[in-house]
Amino acid sequence: MVAEFGHIALILALALALVQGILPLIGAARGIPAWMALAPTAAMGQAVLVAFAFGCLTYAYVTSDFSVLNVAENSHTLKPMLYKVSGVWGNHEGSLLLWILILVIFGAAVAVFGRNLPATLKARVLSIQGLIGVGFLAFILFTSNPFARILPPPLEGRGLNPLLQDPGLAFHPPFLYLGYVGFSVAFSFAVAALIEGRVDPAWARWVRPWTLAAWCFLTVGIALGSWWAYYELGWGGWWFWDPVENASFMPWLAGTALLHSAVVVEKRETLKSWTILLAILTFSLSLLGTFLVRSGVINSVHAFATDPTRGVFILIFLGVVVGGSLTLYALRAPVLQAVGVFAPVSREGALVLNNLLLAVATAAVLLGTLYPMAVDALLGAKVSVGPQYFNTVFIPLMTPLLAAMAIGPLLAWKRGDVGAALRRLWPAALATVIALALGLWLLHGRDALALLGLALGAWLGIGTLCEWALRIKLFAAPLSETLNRARHLPRAAWGMTVAHLGMALMVLGITVSSVWQVEVQQVMKPGDIARVGPVEYRFLGVQPVRGPNYTAQQGRFEVIEGGEVARVMTPAQRRYQQPPMETTEAAIRPSPVADLYAVVGEGDAARGWAVRLYWKPLVSWIWLGALIMCFGGLLSLSDRRHRVGAPARKRIAASAAAAE
Amino acid sequence: MRLAYLVPLVLFVLIGIGLAVGLTLNPREIPSALIGKPVPEFSLPPVEGRKEGLSTADLKAGTPSLVNVFASWCVPCRIEHPLLMGLAREQIAPIHGLNYKDNPADVSKWLDQLGDPFQRTGADRDGRVGIEWGVYGVPETFVVDGQGQIRCKHVGPLTEWDVENKIKPLLRDLTAGKESAVKC
Repeated sequence: MVAEFGHIALILALALALVQGILPLIGAARGIPAWMALAPTAAMGQAVLVAFAFGCLTYAYVTSDFSVLNVAENSHTLKPMLYKVSGVWGNHEGSLLLWILILVIFGAAVAVFGRNLPATLKARVLSIQGLIGVGFLAFILFTSNPFARILPPPLEGRGLNPLLQDPGLAFHPPFLYLGYVGFSVAFSFAVAALIEGRVDPAWARWVRPWTLAAWCFLTVGIALGSWWAYYELGWGGWWFWDPVENASFMPWLAGTALLHSAVVVEKRETLKSWTILLAILTFSLSLLGTFLVRSGVINSVHAFATDPTRGVFILIFLGVVVGGSLTLYALRAPVLQAVGVFAPVSREGALVLNNLLLAVATAAVLLGTLYPMAVDALLGAKVSVGPQYFNTVFIPLMTPLLAAMAIGPLLAWKRGDVGAALRRLWPAALATVIALALGLWLLHGRDALALLGLALGAWLGIGTLCEWALRIKLFAAPLSETLNRARHLPRAAWGMTVAHLGMALMVLGITVSSVWQVEVQQVMKPGDIARVGPVEYRFLGVQPVRGPNYTAQQGRFEVIEGGEVARVMTPAQRRYQQPPMETTEAAIRPSPVADLYAVVGEGDAARGWAVRLYWKPLVSWIWLGALIMCFGGLLSLSDRRHRVGAPARKRIAASAAAAE
Repeated sequence: MRLAYLVPLVLFVLIGIGLAVGLTLNPREIPSALIGKPVPEFSLPPVEGRKEGLSTADLKAGTPSLVNVFASWCVPCRIEHPLLMGLAREQIAPIHGLNYKDNPADVSKWLDQLGDPFQRTGADRDGRVGIEWGVYGVPETFVVDGQGQIRCKHVGPLTEWDVENKIKPLLRDLTAGKESAVKC
């Protein structure tokens, strides 16, 4: 019964979404307040219904109700509770339901937090959200019903892919979807603004918190996914330029550009049509990611089982959403007039550079992701685009971006002075020189890319701190004044400083871990010692161990640091029974200085075991950097301007004039 | 309407058409054009320290065989290697190695250290023969019947499951001269 209730709730949600998608839009056009007022109620009703449906599916998983096909295919009674719950979204249908749940929660949040929005704008934004909801609810109901029954029900489920039975991955999709779907709000605002033909600083202020929130979630989602790849796939790598990774990275790049261009709209009333376009593109790329992952167009370890009818549905949906919004854009964007004048050397100029580079980077990733498919379609040849392409394209794009990231915040709005900014960045220049000298000394100048990475990391990190120090007049004014200034520094400024620092840490982490990593692959017998960088691993042997739904061959290593046994590491090969599959459980000792990473492979007592041992300096800075970036985003999100809610348009104009 | 504002729409339509075409293709169908076809014509010298090289004629000797594309630089090869050793011990069919783009010293050390499951090895230093075979990622394993026709292709490291459920039954059927029901 519970499954049927869930199904009915989804059908009702679709009906409500249709109402929400149509009536308020007409109401806003014709000026019928009652129709416009339907939107918030419908949005909240939809949220309740979808949450109920999601609860029903979760219930079916928790109680192992194998009469529900989806549960039978993806769960198992022996699975730990955490993975029974995360199994809900560990498959196509369930993850789609999660996607819709997040979409309607965002819709309801706009309804609740958007009290200050002008009535027509709010009605239109919610209507667009409703229309997106219609598409996804129709998708799930017509092609991917998670509540379908199976007769006769099997006694036992087929289990969840063991690779997905992992705490990192349990929470990776929800964060990713919070990011993807969060951008739908910016999209709805953009489309609503196009319909109204009006984009002003107030609009930018309303859009920014939603974009920021989505961006923070997406940052964490991508970081979690990369962390999962790092320890679960057992190759010691953390980014593979896999099409599915790219699918999440493209909206992140576009969303990052959007965050920055929205600032320009807010402060300078220019870049309007570009910002609108970015908002449309960011969500379109999220949808494209969904299409790529679920249609079977590309092949990837992450991809869900393929089904052409789903692919056709998503493609049509993609065509309607993206094609429709871009048509609207072509028709209406010329109406949007820039107010502010524009000087190339200025804060807004630096932000345009940021946007330009990020947009090109997004296009490059898109090209690399779609190229194999294009070649297949046109020439019938199978090719794959490897990391080499992406690295070749990315490094020249990221270099100027990172270099300008330190300078931009020091430029004034309207007219900046690069010379003055550079003179104030002398500590960063000094740090760069030191980093270069250190790199040259340690590497004997062998690796130009490593030197570049070190220099950029130092430049950006110290440059960001310089800007912050100048703002609070650190060392230039008495301590009390500095503290006072720090206290009154807007949270948004703190957010920028923190996020940019996170980026610097990440750059350093990527550079150092890839250059100084030590990797040893060899066959070891019990008692053997392998030297890996500054530590030694003593192999103690392999023992069988038993887990709740797997058996494993667990290796034991003593890590010897400075002549003493520092710890024991126990990597394992797990063999799951249902479905039959082996996974590699790397043993990792993370630390801010260097991760130790051990993998034990196949082998036997006579011949020894194939093992891989690593010493990975600063590798954890990559994820630390991502988390710090997200924290910066949250700080900015908590800025007073966003918290009090955006006031009415007139008052903003007045206070903005006062601030100028 | 200014034309510049149409550019995103036009680009999207082009991508959309590409995606629609992409939908009709199956990405999992990795160049399987070779399945059911004779193995390509080639002749390779043995890897350093081994006597028997590998050529087309060796694969048409009347008995089915397994051709494993491997390299010493390939980590997954190391993982699947014990399975090949096991298969070699069971002597169901000869296993031949196609050593792909490898350094002669490295591969010979690799085989000495980990064991050599191969009856014959072919050193494909420049990867030309690999291209003929449609090699797409290392490791890859081909099942070839006695007449030299490719019957199955496995991309990526073999797992025990693959060996038990695909490779072995197929080899047994081929040896017995039966039409195999094993799906590849």
